[in-house]
Amino acid sequence: MAEAAIEIENLTKDYPFGFLHLKKKRSLEGLTMRVEPGEIFGFLGPNGAGKSTTIKLLIGLIFPTAGTARILSKPISDVTMHQQIGYLPEQPYFYDYLTAAELLDYFARFHELPDAERRERVARMLKKVGLETAGKIQLRKYSKGMLQRVGLAQAILHDPQVVILDEPMSGLDPVGRREVRDIILELKRDGKTVMFSTHILSDAEMLCDRVGVIVGGKLRGVGAPDEIVGMKPVGMEILFEFVGCTGSEDPPSKNEGGAPGVKLLLSKATKTGTRYRMQVAENELYTTLEQLRAAGARIVSVTQIKATLEEYFMHLVEADRAQAAAVEVSGK
Amino acid sequence: MNRVAVVALNTFREVVRDRVLYNLVFFALLMMAAAILVGQISIGIENIVIITLGLSAISVIGLLIAVFIGVGMISKEIDKRTLYALLAKPVRRWEFLVGKFAGLVLTLSVNTAAMAAGLLLALVYIQHALQRSDLTVLIAVYFILLKLALVVAIALLFSCYTTPLLAILFTAGLYVAGLFVQEMRNLRADLMGSALRAGLRWLSYLLPNFENFDVMASAAHARTIPGTLVAQNTAYAILYCGVLLTAASVIFSRRDLK
Repeated sequence: MAEAAIEIENLTKDYPFGFLHLKKKRSLEGLTMRVEPGEIFGFLGPNGAGKSTTIKLLIGLIFPTAGTARILSKPISDVTMHQQIGYLPEQPYFYDYLTAAELLDYFARFHELPDAERRERVARMLKKVGLETAGKIQLRKYSKGMLQRVGLAQAILHDPQVVILDEPMSGLDPVGRREVRDIILELKRDGKTVMFSTHILSDAEMLCDRVGVIVGGKLRGVGAPDEIVGMKPVGMEILFEFVGCTGSEDPPSKNEGGAPGVKLLLSKATKTGTRYRMQVAENELYTTLEQLRAAGARIVSVTQIKATLEEYFMHLVEADRAQAAAVEVSGK
Repeated sequence: MNRVAVVALNTFREVVRDRVLYNLVFFALLMMAAAILVGQISIGIENIVIITLGLSAISVIGLLIAVFIGVGMISKEIDKRTLYALLAKPVRRWEFLVGKFAGLVLTLSVNTAAMAAGLLLALVYIQHALQRSDLTVLIAVYFILLKLALVVAIALLFSCYTTPLLAILFTAGLYVAGLFVQEMRNLRADLMGSALRAGLRWLSYLLPNFENFDVMASAAHARTIPGTLVAQNTAYAILYCGVLLTAASVIFSRRDLK
């Protein structure tokens, strides 16, 4: 097996709390996973699930209670490894007395780049994140979205092998999100490994080779988005139309009392008649289509419906909440 | 070492852009006013008044900057999370800490040098020339700078593990205690038990001795300051700052940045 870009073994983090810090709250429990070289890995989970804790442990901002992690085969305690990693913090905030160009120049100096190359990279990164005209404005005047872009620029400024982004789409408008997605895909094309945490499941589905879902500090599933939710279709969706109808007519399946597994989702009046969307079980498809044709409906489309990452995610979150509630009740 | 210098220069830029050096305008106005007024209200002791006033102002302004900015340097970086992106670069926590220390000491050096120049200008105004004995003023200014470096190191140490407010209180408390170490050593034996006296004596050696840095009276009266005192104070400040920064680095290197 090839060396993992990020390898986490049994990583656990407890945060002390209370007046004397004697009590402990477990934020991350026995996390074990790998991020392979060159892949885009999405780290999903609700607020407080342990995503940022994991990322902060990897960067060395906090220290593990137990377990180990390695990035590019080097332990996370080894600061020299930071030459090869880029990191965007969640809701980044930078020195507001600096301009974006000065900030990038400051950070670039830690990578000991020659002066000319440093200047060239700063200019290139500002252009890449769409801030070439705002590079000389102090960061105190930047919007949240602009700070996010600066954050992304500083994360990839030194051409790192592994890029770790904590909620990179947060605070961005649709254009900004699209640009960030493009940058992430470009990093992958350049052979870089990208790990990012997000709440926005559609982004994860669209971008990620694999995702890990973490709930309540525990990893609940890892795999390709398709794999993780199961490739089995959950049903078929039929879009059909009654030409010339006013919309008062019921579709055939409903007229016949509703076949099992058939669900009418939506009806909408159009210029030519009334359009319906119906969800049916896969084994009911042909029967329903026959009925629709016999009733004079025009079939517009038939689509396979798969479980979405969101449904999988919500299922895990609800299961975790139910488990927590059960523990609370049994505790009482 | 390069990374320490990078952090130090950025700290200097931060303090300058935060308009901290505007205090120089206040100092310049104070010196001008003092130089004009002193001739009218004092006869024969103009030098003493100007030097005492000038050195006191340099010391107080420097102390305010050292305590408040020294404490704020670390806590602000943590509170605003500006430190997160920085520590993801190949920079060690001790390098960041020493860089911050060096940056503030550099700022204080520039500030103190500018104020010292203002004080000398005021002396030129009242004496019409500088005298050889005015060299002691420069030595007094150097001692103030050493004292300020020590205060910055104390402020950094406290700010590494407690809240800014407590760090300010602890730093100010330690500074005040450090002004009385000689008195602690000379307490009369009949006023307390021998154990307490021995304890206080030990404590007096552990506390930073700020009394040694106060040569204001010698400078005002143009008394010679021995070279051995300069060497001794320099070595003491370097050693003490080294110990404080090492302790701060050990604490800060183990701290979770939540």
